[in-house]
Formats: sequence, structure tokens, C-alpha cells
Amino acid sequence: MTFPIFLTINGVTHDLVLDDPRVTLLDLLRERLHLTGTKKGCDRGQCGACTVLVDGRRINSCLALAVSHHGADILTIEGVAHGDELHPVQAAFIAHDGFQCGFCTPGQIMSAIGLIREGQAGNDPERVREGMSGNLCRCGAYAGITEAVLDAQQVLSATDRKATA
Amino acid sequence: MNTFEYVRPATIAEAIAAASQPNSAYLAAGTNLLDLMKGGVTRPDLLVDVTHLPDLNQIETLPDGSARVGALVRNADLAHDRDFSRRYPAVAEALLSGASAQLRNAATVGGNLLQRTRCAYFYDVASACNKRQPGSGCDARGGDNRLHAVLGWSESCIATNPSDFCVPLAMLDAVVETEGRERRREIALEAFYRLPGHEPARESVLKPGELIIAVRLPAEAASFAANTRYLKVRERTSYAFAVVSAAVALRLDGDSIAEARIALGGVALKPWRARAAEGVLAGQRPGAALFRQAADAALADAKPSGENAFKIELACRVVARALGLAAAGTPNRLPALPASPFASAPGAPQHV
Repeated sequence: MTFPIFLTINGVTHDLVLDDPRVTLLDLLRERLHLTGTKKGCDRGQCGACTVLVDGRRINSCLALAVSHHGADILTIEGVAHGDELHPVQAAFIAHDGFQCGFCTPGQIMSAIGLIREGQAGNDPERVREGMSGNLCRCGAYAGITEAVLDAQQVLSATDRKATA
Repeated sequence: MNTFEYVRPATIAEAIAAASQPNSAYLAAGTNLLDLMKGGVTRPDLLVDVTHLPDLNQIETLPDGSARVGALVRNADLAHDRDFSRRYPAVAEALLSGASAQLRNAATVGGNLLQRTRCAYFYDVASACNKRQPGSGCDARGGDNRLHAVLGWSESCIATNPSDFCVPLAMLDAVVETEGRERRREIALEAFYRLPGHEPARESVLKPGELIIAVRLPAEAASFAANTRYLKVRERTSYAFAVVSAAVALRLDGDSIAEARIALGGVALKPWRARAAEGVLAGQRPGAALFRQAADAALADAKPSGENAFKIELACRVVARALGLAAAGTPNRLPALPASPFASAPGAPQHV
């Protein structure tokens, strides 16, 4: 049995046919569409390395069946920059040393973009840390990550103000 | 993961018909189910995907003032619904104390109610577990069981229910609406879960194919909004299941407590309503000694199921402290660390 699904990934539409319903969204991205920026860490929803945005919301792609997401709009780390211009969250992670080995970083950045869109943390570092607790960093770059998220949030809200002015 | 058939029904009736087949399972977000399937803990032959069903993702206020939450409402959406969280702040606090932001964005109301225990022996397919394989025994008995049940357990099973959401729901007399092959049912949340007894594999009163449609909170549950909290002790600050948690609510009348509600999490295989303790509080003036007396009543029947006697005293302290926090008033905004003992409102007692 095959399963036709339609997905929009980083603004590009995909008509796909799955030969197996077990394929997770993570494995679809990495193994079949070769978008390997999204990382497989624990594969059990505990580390956050596989975080992507689905219809604008951050989720763990390892615990999502691709076939169930028929019609969804997906944003991965490959889709956040504009050409050579980094997304403000990417730039902030570099500016604040928000990583060491970099393995968790795509998930951290997608989670941070999701957190900023949710708009619940404000400029409170404790709320940012709590909101980012689903992303583990075994290098322990948490201090830089928190600073990067707070900084990027300011940059993005300034950009928003300019856009609406 | 085993292979399975997959269907995506367009109507509730089609979903129920499909899921009435033996060894089928409903798939919502899958945040617990896929984890279990990857570990070989559950091996359904058919997944019935309910995520595309219409009309199950609404948060409504019914004409009688009760709140009705569709089974597919995501945990994060419910917690951040301004009107709902204003009327039922302990429910919002419990939701936001659970899992991670990513999981809360995906996980559904119905799925939260039906999530399975996190007992390590249930997850480890090499271990004996009467819940996973009836009759095989219980390796948690005599095993690493410091986090296991202290109330309502049996020789067959000492696992706990991991849900935070269900604790304030039990406290507030929530009702689960289901639809099955025969008829729609309304089941009190307290009666929805079964204690392990001799059949720990049967966790709820749901019949084959029966689907959770919605959860309802009665209008009078909102009368506690000014003095209610969820308090959750866990082994790390965030993103951890409860060792012990408590949802409490007080309806104050002048200097005294008109009505109190208490439910505990992490202590039994179901959210544990403590009615005797509620009775201790009714008509009394709030105070630390009274709260401790109520907490003792809540845990009066508790007994350790292994090396977890500490959970009984811990639960007493969590109940007493939660009552103190509730008496001090529901905060206008949830603390940065929802339900955390490290995030008390300014001026609240740090120890009771």
C-alpha cells in the first residue's frame, strides 16, 4: 500500500508518495528529501535536535508521522536564511557563542524562532530558559543560547516595528 | 517499529468503525504512541489517524457556563487560551508544567488523557510487566521503584499515571465526553481511569473503538479561580514528570473556607482526588496547621510499594504548601517556572 501526501517545505510544494506509513517527518526530511540540517539526536522526543516548525509551530519531527501531516507547511533550518543573509536568530547564535559542536544548533534555532513567535517569554531570561527546556545542549552552551534568543527577539521586534511604521 | 495499516477517516463514525477492529489504535499527535511503538512496547496493527477529523479542536463556553474543550485541542493552545486560563488557572499551570514547548504544541487533550505510564519496566520489553503483558509479573516490585505508587496500587502493578493535566481536571469534576459504536457517553474523569487491581492492562473504562470527543469543566469549577494552584515537585527544574504533584483550590467566604478541592498526581495509577482532606478544610479558617491536617488526611491510606516511603511525607508537604500558595491568591500571571516549588509568588511561605 502507498500513501500520497502533499507538503510545503521551506516554501516549495512537494507531492510525495510514501511506501511505508512508519516514516517520521524527520526521516522524510533527512533520508528522502536530503534536508539533513534537521538532526536526529535521541529520536524519542527528549532532546529537541529534530525541532522544525509545522504550520508555524515548533514540534519534534521525530515523533510526527509524515503521513499524518498531509497538507502541512513545514519550515526547517534550510529555509530560514534569505540567500547569504542569515536569519536574525542564526546571527545571534554566532554573536553570543550559542553553540560549541553545533549538533543541537539547528533544533535550538528552530525552537528559538518558534518561541519568539509564541510571544510568551518577553525579555525574561527565566522564561526563555523554561521555553527552551525541550532542547538539550551537551556542550552546555545554555548561557549563550539564552542571550542569543533574547537578543534576536529584540532585533526581530525592531524589524517588525520598522515594517509596520 | 512494527508495520501497521494506516487510515485517515473523514468522520467520527468512520473512525469508530475502523478503530473497533482488534489491535487498532487511535493516532492523534503521536507524541507518546510513536515513542511506545519505536520501543516495541505497543504494536498496533492499524493506526486510525483522528487529526484530520473536523470540529474536535474548539474551546467553547456552553450556555450553562461550563467549558467544553475538543479532544484535538493542543495542550499549548488550551493553556494559552486567555478566557480558559482565567477561569481555570490551575489547569493552565498544570499544562505548562508538563513536557516541553514542542510537545505541548503537538500533544492533544484526548491524547494527554490516554498517555501511558512512564514506569521503566513497562517501557523495557525485556522486563516482566503485567500491564504490557498480562500475567508476566511486575519487575517494578522489588526493582527500582522509588518513584512508584503509594496509593491505589496492587501486587500486579505499582505504576503511576504521568499526566499533569488530569490532576486539576479530577479536582474540578471534569467530565469526559466519548462516542462509541453504541452511544455517546459522559464519564466523570474520576471514574474514567481504573486502578490496577488484577487487570493493570485495562487502564480506562473506554470500550473498543470508543473515542474521546471532548472534556468538559462545570461552570462552578470557575468559582475557585481566585485561589487555586498546581504544584509539582520533579527531579529537575523543567521538562520532567512529577515525583508528586497537587492541584488545590479554595473558595473563600470572608475569613473561612467555604469549599476546598484537592487532587494529587504522581502517587497512583489515576489522578487521586482527596475528598476526606477537602472535608477537613470546609468551614475552617485557612492556616498552616489546618493545611497540614488536611494533607495528612489526603495521604491517610498511603503505603509504600517499595523504596518510596519518602513520597508519602513529600506528598503531605506538597499538598500543605500548595494550599498555602492557593490561600495567598492565584497569581495574575503564571510564574516563569509554572508549578515549580522554586517559583513561589513574592511573599509566599517558602517552607511549610
